Amino acid sequence: MARACLASIPPTMSSDRRFGPSRTVTLSGPLRLDGGATLAPVEIAYETYGTLAADASNAVLVCHALTGDQHVASEHPRTGKPGWWTRMVGPGKPVDTSRHFVICANVLGSCMGSSGPASADPATGRPYAMRFPVITIRDMVRAQGMLLDHLGVARLAAVVGGSMGGMQALSWAATYPDRVRAAVVIASTARHTAQNIAFHEVGRQAVMADPNWRGGDYYDREPPAAGLAVARMAAHITYLSEAGLTEKFGRKLQARDAKSFGFDADFQVESYLRHQGLSFVDRFDANSYLYITRAMDYFDLAEEHGGRLADAFRGTATRFCVVSFDTDWLYPTAESRGVVHALNAAGAAASFVELSSPFGHDAFLLESPELSRVVDGFLRSVA
Amino acid sequence: MTLRPDLRVIADHIEPGARVLDVGCGEGTLMAALRDGKGVDARGLEIDPLNVAAAVARGLSVVQGDADVDLADYPDGGFDYAILSQTLQTTRAPDRVLDELLRIGRRAFVSFPNFAHWRVRASLLWGGRMPVTRLLPERWYDTPNIHHLTVDDFRAHLDDRGVTAERAWFLARGRRTRPAAANLLAEHAVFLLRL
Repeated sequence: MARACLASIPPTMSSDRRFGPSRTVTLSGPLRLDGGATLAPVEIAYETYGTLAADASNAVLVCHALTGDQHVASEHPRTGKPGWWTRMVGPGKPVDTSRHFVICANVLGSCMGSSGPASADPATGRPYAMRFPVITIRDMVRAQGMLLDHLGVARLAAVVGGSMGGMQALSWAATYPDRVRAAVVIASTARHTAQNIAFHEVGRQAVMADPNWRGGDYYDREPPAAGLAVARMAAHITYLSEAGLTEKFGRKLQARDAKSFGFDADFQVESYLRHQGLSFVDRFDANSYLYITRAMDYFDLAEEHGGRLADAFRGTATRFCVVSFDTDWLYPTAESRGVVHALNAAGAAASFVELSSPFGHDAFLLESPELSRVVDGFLRSVA
Repeated sequence: MTLRPDLRVIADHIEPGARVLDVGCGEGTLMAALRDGKGVDARGLEIDPLNVAAAVARGLSVVQGDADVDLADYPDGGFDYAILSQTLQTTRAPDRVLDELLRIGRRAFVSFPNFAHWRVRASLLWGGRMPVTRLLPERWYDTPNIHHLTVDDFRAHLDDRGVTAERAWFLARGRRTRPAAANLLAEHAVFLLRL
């Protein structure tokens, strides 16, 4: 077994090209997808931080959210911004790169180097576009499983994720219970509700209504930036709380003393959303947005296990830490409680806490000493 | 680690390796003592998020929730012991919480402050005011204790419900006191119950 060999020979981190920032690997696959199709080869862009222990026991997989990427704690190559979760991942942070070997991979279907609709279809040499197979959260997890095989990690000390990253963490625990000692699920859910699907559908329709979308075949032309920007604007509202928006913007006007009686961005909140939309299209592929939102909408962990969520975790030895935020109305506390209920019914070791924050769903990405304390304490007790 | 006297009694009477649910576990002091001292598989339920965060940070499995509502989430007989220490008198429906404890645990430890202790009686009789004592330090309007009970109330309730008290311990000033006059002399009572 290749895996056993890798585990028995401690990799020399400095010379092993599998480890470090900005890695890409082409795995031959094939990866069998929930939708029935197979994908081969499978490209995965990822980063690792820290040193893999000789017995490979200290690996922590960080899973990113819908529009996230593998640059969890390193500068984003296109925007130049710091990693998206430097509050959580780094030396001395809860996911401590001086203790843990941290892996973060761009999800299947995304656009930062992993196989997705912008990748070349080996059959034609041209971008897949909408010929890319529809994928699920579990397909993303299976692809990550292939990556761990490649890295010589048989078993994760922990899988950690917020939002869609939390869905992957749950899916990891359900799909590969023997490969996950602990799972941290933050501001997430075990299924997309009708409201979640509805908001995503607004975004997808905005993309597809843009004449530049052209059925997805825009890679050698102007991309559907206007449609994608509107999709991002609508989604961004769901990431914030009403109180947070009021506190930040209220009804304040944007660089003017009076309403214009026109349709400029009179209000600061309009200007802010337009900026969010426009800056998003510079870094994200519209078709990837369609595929990943679809994967999230298809996510229903109970459905994958005969309709009973508890059965997804039956007999599990994985320890769980579930965290929600009181102002998150995208994946409200009730969804996390549903997960905890199922974990209790399955007899799993589960912790759950609802933290207080004014920032809505986005709170998991922002400064939160309580979140850091909970995740730090939990990971210290398991890894 | 020094445990509160009623917790000490409970900790001393749980066998190693047992499965335990501590309802109202606070920061998990008892759970940690059971885990570290006896290898007990302890889970907790706690209403205050800061206490939950503190317990999780100790590596304990604690779920934020309300004993009045969230015990319904736990399966029948999932634990050897369900523990409710100093929490019964704060619940909205203590009778239903007791039923839930005995459904979830094969046995239940329940501890509570005895409202018929002679100091409490004296305070009410001679002072004519709701008692503020060492064990009941809050005033009438800010006390979390909304269902005061006495040792005799509790015994009568067990009789009504057909619940067996396998053992009982009575404490005053941190020491064991005689069961005979417990309703007058005990500040705290600890009961080990089963259906």
